[in-house]
Amino acid sequence: MSSVMDKPFAITLDVGSSLANKTGSWRTARPVYLDRLPPCNHQCPAGENIQSWLNLAEEKQYEAAWRKIMEENPFPAIMGRVCYHSCEGACNRGKIDLPVGINSVERFLGDQALKHGWRVEPGKPTGKKVMVLGAGPGGLAAAYHLARLGHQVSVFEASPKAGGMMRYGIPKYRMPREKLNAEIARIKDMGVAIRVDSKVADVAQTIKDEGFDACFLAAGLQNGRRVEIPQTGEGSQKIAVLDAVSVLRAVELEEPVALSGRVVVYGGGNTAIDVARSAIRLGALSVTVVVLESREQMPAHHEEIKEGLEEGIHLVNLRQINAIDGKRLTLETMVSGAGRELVHTGQTETIEADVLVQALGQTGDYAALANLRGIVMRDGAVQVGTDLMTGARGVFAGGDMIPSQRNVTAAIGLGKKAARNIDAYLRAEQTAPKAKAEIADISRMNTRYYSDAPRTVRPVLDVVRRTSGFAEIVGNLDEETAVFEARRCMSCGNCFECDNCYGVCPDNSVIKLGPGKRFAFNYDYCKGCGICAAECPCGAIKMVPEDI
Amino acid sequence: MDQQVKFYQTGTFTVGNRLLAPEQRSVQADMARTNSLNSGHRACQGCGEALGARYAIDAAMRACDKQLIAANATGCLEVFSTPYPETSWQIPWIHSLFGNTAAVATGIAAAMRVKGRKQVRVIAQGGDGGTTDIGFGCLSGMFERNDDVLYICYDNEAYMNTGVQRSSATPPAARTATTMPVGPEPGNVFGQGKNVPRIAMAHGIPYVATATVADLRDLEYKVKKAINIRGAKYIHIFVPCPLGWGAASHDTIKLAHLAKECGLFPVFEAEHGELTRVSKIRKPVPVEEYMKPQRRYAHLFGKQPALDIIAKIQARADRNIKQYGLLEQGEH
Repeated sequence: MSSVMDKPFAITLDVGSSLANKTGSWRTARPVYLDRLPPCNHQCPAGENIQSWLNLAEEKQYEAAWRKIMEENPFPAIMGRVCYHSCEGACNRGKIDLPVGINSVERFLGDQALKHGWRVEPGKPTGKKVMVLGAGPGGLAAAYHLARLGHQVSVFEASPKAGGMMRYGIPKYRMPREKLNAEIARIKDMGVAIRVDSKVADVAQTIKDEGFDACFLAAGLQNGRRVEIPQTGEGSQKIAVLDAVSVLRAVELEEPVALSGRVVVYGGGNTAIDVARSAIRLGALSVTVVVLESREQMPAHHEEIKEGLEEGIHLVNLRQINAIDGKRLTLETMVSGAGRELVHTGQTETIEADVLVQALGQTGDYAALANLRGIVMRDGAVQVGTDLMTGARGVFAGGDMIPSQRNVTAAIGLGKKAARNIDAYLRAEQTAPKAKAEIADISRMNTRYYSDAPRTVRPVLDVVRRTSGFAEIVGNLDEETAVFEARRCMSCGNCFECDNCYGVCPDNSVIKLGPGKRFAFNYDYCKGCGICAAECPCGAIKMVPEDI
Repeated sequence: MDQQVKFYQTGTFTVGNRLLAPEQRSVQADMARTNSLNSGHRACQGCGEALGARYAIDAAMRACDKQLIAANATGCLEVFSTPYPETSWQIPWIHSLFGNTAAVATGIAAAMRVKGRKQVRVIAQGGDGGTTDIGFGCLSGMFERNDDVLYICYDNEAYMNTGVQRSSATPPAARTATTMPVGPEPGNVFGQGKNVPRIAMAHGIPYVATATVADLRDLEYKVKKAINIRGAKYIHIFVPCPLGWGAASHDTIKLAHLAKECGLFPVFEAEHGELTRVSKIRKPVPVEEYMKPQRRYAHLFGKQPALDIIAKIQARADRNIKQYGLLEQGEH
């Protein structure tokens, strides 16, 4: 330091910077960055990181976004059509205006991949062989993930084509076959062997014969469950009674199906609605869906019910079919009891019908599992542990065969989970489930920062065109609309680099690390005011009390 | 400022936005911003004035290519930034008396003109005490002579660094050290008020604007516009004070936002005495929502809320909404 005599008049001290004053010592709470779990990701049965791929789609990085989906789910184009997108029900944006059209964007990305021929490479070969029983969504998803992990996979499929219920249970108007075929072909191209028309008689024997190191059972529930209804009447006066699984299978195989005249479908699930909508397309005179439950309690997805009603199906809720007398069905009125159980009233009415299709659930065929030692069956389902391994060592099970949500997306999620556990089993590793981050509840967010923008409604073909054939009925988003839709995502709980924390700190204590690198706090000067946490739009900053 | 870019997740509501081109982003989003008011200053936690000053001066520094000198009235901003010999300022900066900062800035502008350094821009800044009370004569003179100075008032509605005494910018019913919540009319009186932005407009100077720390893009736009105009300019920035208002330190920006949304603080700009643009209210809120988080109004929200007083304050907000046309058409 220079002496006082060297300084100008009236100046006695050198000029110093306030950086000497470490105001961080004032702090009683410190801000920390964290990634909270977005409700959409939390909800997704396939465990997709939706927020993350929307973030890439927002930047028009479509291939990267698609690859992010492919880390969890090999069927974006299929998902974009048949997934019931419960993620949108959980979407925080729905509490502000309307949920983000996640499903539409996923479909857009899936179609982009098919258009550009993006592929996924298999992993480095491990020399291990895995058998997969059933080429449905669960089996194929497992095969895909196992191939990415470097295992050699053989999928055994009893039907002439792969796809399972995605092909034989979901009609073409919801799932165009060229998209289905293309996404399955992409898995085949990774070296997965899919053996069609190959019904396995004895799984244990096949494992032994071909020397598989592990097996994944995902054969699904192939048979329609039928209830016995007393029936009278002869010859032309007799009503035809079919089951939904056979009907949908016949529609797919373009076999003649007797869905003409007055069609009655019995059941309240998605399969019942699929049959009813197919019947309309096949030219039925009238289509009535008789449902035991009330409209609110029907298991079918509300969008399918809505679209079905628009196409002209009739819905009769709270009725049980008691008897079939010639072409006349006797329906008994039911009422909801105190709980969710249904109570008989004894009141009946009759309706006329030419065809009755039972859609009251499905059952599996477990003959091939008989020789697997240790396998446990309960209530018509294979019992598994948390790692999806059955009682038989090295044999895992998933999809509709085990107690689960029993839809395509859930099956894909189980396929992925099984693949990871099979991989761990083959490597003789223990997998501890990762602790889940806390959920990004909307109360942790500051939503005033988001732009107002209406949801881009998917163009829907008009009802007339839809019912006249099996053409796909929900239209696509074009690129511009898809990107706007993606940008409605609020990135709940995950930093999207809006720079708010960097801007709003009165003490310059947030360090911007540059694009893609997010931010850091300078605790030397941070006074712990909490403005950064309060003004973070997505809730990615938390105030943590200091130990004082 | 109204939303300029829609559909881009947060558009221009947030400080930055990775989806916008760099030139569309704010000055504060820039990794190379001046940081005019550096870390280590002694402002309280969550200080709105520290934030407003950095916003404004950083924007001015970019707009005039760092050819800037600032004069600063005594007050919080000067005390917390520059306890001799330390300073947080990273610009040429001079401390004036409490009441003469407009005159000092006028002198600097005159000196620059004489020296032929026309590119150098001059800012005078102070709090509401130094502006609306003590420095008011010098300020009016600067306006009247149309001196080439941008005067920025950081309004936190009382004398904060001396212990929260009332100023002529203190709102009615607010508790301060000198307007205690006792007697039949607790808190500050319902007077005529002294609306300095409108008084500035009455001088007919080239540019007058108001802004808040809750709308950064609007604030930066106004500073950038003002700094490039020759003649007298006045910008009045609303800066919540957690200490003086009895508010949580993390609520600073929220309170500034609510003050604008409820209508108590109209955000507008005016040229040559004429109102030219107002920031519309995006989502109207009652004044209670703004007042309740502040302990300076706590006496109005006890067991028996002072509904008559709250109604009088709401009436002031409603008058602003009508006078400035703060609501979008069809929102009444």
